Amino acid sequence: MLELAIKGSKRYYGWIALLLGLAGVGFLVYLKQLDFGLGITGMNRDVSWGFYIANFTFLVGVAAGGVMVVLPYYLHDYKAYGKVTILGEFLAIASVVMCITFILVDLGQPMRVMNVLLYPTPNSVLFWDTVVLNGYLFLNLIIGWNVLEAERQGVHYQSWLKPLIYISIPWAVSIHTVTAFLYCGLPGRGFWLTAILAPRFLSSAFASGPALLILLCLIIRRVSNFDPGWKQIQSLAVTVAYAICINVFFLLCEVFVAFYSQIPEHMDHLKYLFVGLHGHGAYVPWMWASMTLMVIGIILLVNPVTRKNELTLIVGCICVFFGCWIDKGMGMISGGFVPNPLHEINEYIPTLLEGLITIGVYALGFLVLTLLFKIAVSVKEEVRV
Amino acid sequence: MDTSRRRVLQLLGLSAAALSAPPVLDALAAGPPAAEPKIGTAKEALTARQWAMVIDTRQFKSEADVAPLVEACHKIHNVPKFDFKRWEIKWLWSTHYEQAFSGTTSTRFLSEEVAHRPFLVLCNHCENPPCVRACPTKATFKRESDGIVMMDFHRCIGCRFCMAACPFGARSFNYRDPRPFVKETNQLFPTRMKGVVEKCNFCNERLAEGKLPACVEASEGKLKFGDLFDEQSEVRELIKTNYTIRRKVNLGTEPAVYYIV
Repeated sequence: MLELAIKGSKRYYGWIALLLGLAGVGFLVYLKQLDFGLGITGMNRDVSWGFYIANFTFLVGVAAGGVMVVLPYYLHDYKAYGKVTILGEFLAIASVVMCITFILVDLGQPMRVMNVLLYPTPNSVLFWDTVVLNGYLFLNLIIGWNVLEAERQGVHYQSWLKPLIYISIPWAVSIHTVTAFLYCGLPGRGFWLTAILAPRFLSSAFASGPALLILLCLIIRRVSNFDPGWKQIQSLAVTVAYAICINVFFLLCEVFVAFYSQIPEHMDHLKYLFVGLHGHGAYVPWMWASMTLMVIGIILLVNPVTRKNELTLIVGCICVFFGCWIDKGMGMISGGFVPNPLHEINEYIPTLLEGLITIGVYALGFLVLTLLFKIAVSVKEEVRV
Repeated sequence: MDTSRRRVLQLLGLSAAALSAPPVLDALAAGPPAAEPKIGTAKEALTARQWAMVIDTRQFKSEADVAPLVEACHKIHNVPKFDFKRWEIKWLWSTHYEQAFSGTTSTRFLSEEVAHRPFLVLCNHCENPPCVRACPTKATFKRESDGIVMMDFHRCIGCRFCMAACPFGARSFNYRDPRPFVKETNQLFPTRMKGVVEKCNFCNERLAEGKLPACVEASEGKLKFGDLFDEQSEVRELIKTNYTIRRKVNLGTEPAVYYIV
């Protein structure tokens, strides 16, 4: 099926070239980082994780979000999703590729990454994160590829795939749970030390992942002869609507616990993010933008009139996606590290160079996504004809 | 055609097996492997079940009292000096009471003398260290023999999970090559490369030679060092006869640095 990825229109090749260009720029800047060290980023002694880990965390969510089409189709026999499950699985693959790349570019000594497998350390959550992320990548590759191949041949997929499909469903939950456990098991980081972190991560995942999938489906409708289906898009929109409501509810639960208990270690991080602390508040406008976007998203997606209108649906999904990105990406990491354990404030602002590397990683991910979606859509077009 | 292809493959397989046989047989025929070299302990080495430090903060009046200690530590451990704060590396430094004990004890309406006193902070060599739990490669580990939380600079992949896990902000990361920023290199201690984490090691290299940690030596008696689980040790005596506090005991990490206030 790979040949389908290299047969495309001029527009398709133009898009590929653009992504390759951006990824190339990112790679060149990464060579600079490899040479100089992570000192080219805005990270420091106090905020020792930054933009890379933030985007990693967010994208684990997008990857896990793919399960929102896989689960109804395979577990509840919701036939309509038969058309889009492959898109969910391929989106998961591209997202995990980005996650793994973000982890790699964040390492101080990337050439030693195999030490994680050479000296396996079960007490480290990062070890488990490596296991579940790579496992999820392979599960989706094997399942997605074989199911699509079978569809192309006009046969039912192999029976040995069924157990893998069932495993992939709780596995999707596990990748984001383990990612949340990276943060919420650390003593002395009041912002992350909350049992609701994993549920919160999952709710934002099930909002942002399907929101992106809706946007991608709408793009596919425009640029190809394959129609993922308006009914499917509408079902996904309902998922997004519920998930984003739950996500905001969980966030408000956090706010209540912190501010009613009045425990400074829990309040101060939220204060820093939303109103500023001791005169430092670089993230205040961003956090309020995130809240506004999520609320607009809720209004547009919960209301059936706006959900069923294509234009307002698109706006709603974009709001949800970027609202979650700011909240989970920028706020979650910076908010946890500021103020530091000695209650000092050292703010973190990403540098231009780390921004370019980040864009490069996204370009790489979208390149993988484009190639996979091109294959999937071409097969669907073939089968339909 | 098919038969001949099969024949060729068979021959290839057989030759590969024949070629690889000698080293395998050699390995099997060889006697028991030579005993691994053992790392001994010097006669004069200082040992303990859990090293601990007691800092008599009453004897520190101003920055001038702590500077020689920090200087001694950073000098023998090749800790670089950066003017750019983002790249800062520190093993031992001083801060105010309010920072050192934030979340631990009351920091309001302090006596003016305490508020102005410098408080030394460093890795606490916790009995239950969260950084060790977090490390995905065992590059940071708690040495069984004496409880020192150590770093293997050559195994560290630079993921900085330990820095997020440490509730005391005791760890630093080499955001760039530190070597040009070490004024005088001490050839007896390794320098680091970019991309790895480092922190105080309770001078394990000095203990192995029977010497006390550099900061303790430079403190002229203001810092005491000894075995926490030896009832006769000086540190136990001090803890027993003085009111001491530790940083963030509520987190259950059991820090091994005690402060007399």
